[in-house]
Amino acid sequence: MLAFHEILESIQMIQEENLDIRTITLGVSLMDCADADALSACRKAYDKITRCAARLVEVGESIQREYGIPIVNKRIAVTPVALVAGASDATDYTCFARTLEDAASAVGVNFIGGFAALVHKGVTRSDRLLIESLPAALSETERVCAAVNVATTKAGINMDAVALMGRVVKETAARTADRDGIGCTRLVVFANAPEDNPFMAGAFHGVGEPECVVNVGVSGPGVVKRAVEKMPRNADMGLLSEKIKKMAFKITRMGEFVGREAARRLGVPFGIVDLSLAPTPAVGDSVAEIIEAMGLERCGGPGTTAALALLNDAVKKGGAMASAYVGGLSGAFIPVSEDAGMVRAVAAGALSLEKLEAMTSICSVGLDMIAVPGDTPAETIAAIIADEASIGVVNHKTTAVRIIPAPGKKPGDRVEFGGLLGGAPVMAVSRFSPAGFIARGGRIPAPVQSLGN
Amino acid sequence: MENAQRIIVTVLGRDRVGIIAGVAGVLAEHNANILDVSQTILQEFLAMIMIADISRCTVDLGTLKDRLAEAGRELGVRIDAQHEDAFVCMHRI
Repeated sequence: MLAFHEILESIQMIQEENLDIRTITLGVSLMDCADADALSACRKAYDKITRCAARLVEVGESIQREYGIPIVNKRIAVTPVALVAGASDATDYTCFARTLEDAASAVGVNFIGGFAALVHKGVTRSDRLLIESLPAALSETERVCAAVNVATTKAGINMDAVALMGRVVKETAARTADRDGIGCTRLVVFANAPEDNPFMAGAFHGVGEPECVVNVGVSGPGVVKRAVEKMPRNADMGLLSEKIKKMAFKITRMGEFVGREAARRLGVPFGIVDLSLAPTPAVGDSVAEIIEAMGLERCGGPGTTAALALLNDAVKKGGAMASAYVGGLSGAFIPVSEDAGMVRAVAAGALSLEKLEAMTSICSVGLDMIAVPGDTPAETIAAIIADEASIGVVNHKTTAVRIIPAPGKKPGDRVEFGGLLGGAPVMAVSRFSPAGFIARGGRIPAPVQSLGN
Repeated sequence: MENAQRIIVTVLGRDRVGIIAGVAGVLAEHNANILDVSQTILQEFLAMIMIADISRCTVDLGTLKDRLAEAGRELGVRIDAQHEDAFVCMHRI
């Protein structure tokens, strides 16, 4: 029998501390939708997505209602489109993006991921067409999310692709200049991209995945923050870690439960729980505030990397025990615009791009939702991507860059994207040019896997 | 326990006369059987938890929740009803 205080704790976590299931993401393979005729391929993809995901929103809502657990987003991830569209005669892949948009709209999901290409070792004809289509695809759709994997630990870093992505990010921002470059909020450049990530904008359905699968992303920075705040100020690191592990366990159990229930009701296999602490712009739902609750004056100040390392590790330890299958990105997210505490830290001058880069070396997932000045050169964006990718490649982890060179904006100006994407101050970028390095092209070789010091 | 149709009804708010009667009335009206009740009063605030079996309930859980929430509004308290499994998964290994 459940204890009185346990029931009250669950209710408080949901009602006051923003505990929710961030996303139920249905992965759908589009491998069987390839067709020599682009229109037929699009029609097959539309039919398959709308058939597989027909009940996704309804199932999510019914679980929310019956169990009282808010499920914020219902989303879809598909096979990287470059793999499916390559068989077709299309030379502009924007039509595939529109198909994804229409399918997402038809089933009522707010984001669909998988307008993606995997180019860590080389770029195929289809990959190039997809990447060249990105600025148009992202500016002409609202729900389509794109990802390009430019590096892996096994292959190294494809610097030709990195340079290309620097230009694509700039052009995407230019095409959506009227909305602060919002197109870039749906474009993720990855190193070591996971195939089962449920979180947008980087979700896609990997080639090793089944026909259809349900993956779940949990949230709950507010719950962890409140638990840390309630501890005595002299509680040591071991006690902090233990407490965070317990909270992570509870949060993840909820995710595991909802994921299995959703999979059962949809009649598809359950994939993984992504153990991430995902902040939202809501008050109190912030990873930066957890770090501050540990005793740092501002997130971004000295000690931040150590505090984040403790947090990230404890979340994984607690979460791993709560779920049979853990996957995706799994770690604390540190997006800037989506986290009110991060935004405050940037505005106070406590958090710089360089400190964020250091933080990404010990947690999920990378330089995420960072607004930089609109006149940042494409080579500089490419070099930031290369730096971030090298952290992932050398440390055998996923890293990503979701950067928005906001047209016409200078450091200290604000950008507003609205909703879960939030808004943020524009961060300063180093003015020293990496152009000569980026112009070399080629591939940075894979790092040695032994000699591990 | 896995197959039981049990819900947890939580009532939070300012204490007053008739809260238990109000909640129990809604449950009885829809043939939900109350299995356990516990409550605590912190200063003037009431926290009450009821566990009820809805296997013979005459309406679905969604409708029952709406009726309870409606009664809560009349009583000036917040009433939620959730399937028990959500709590069990969180607190039991």
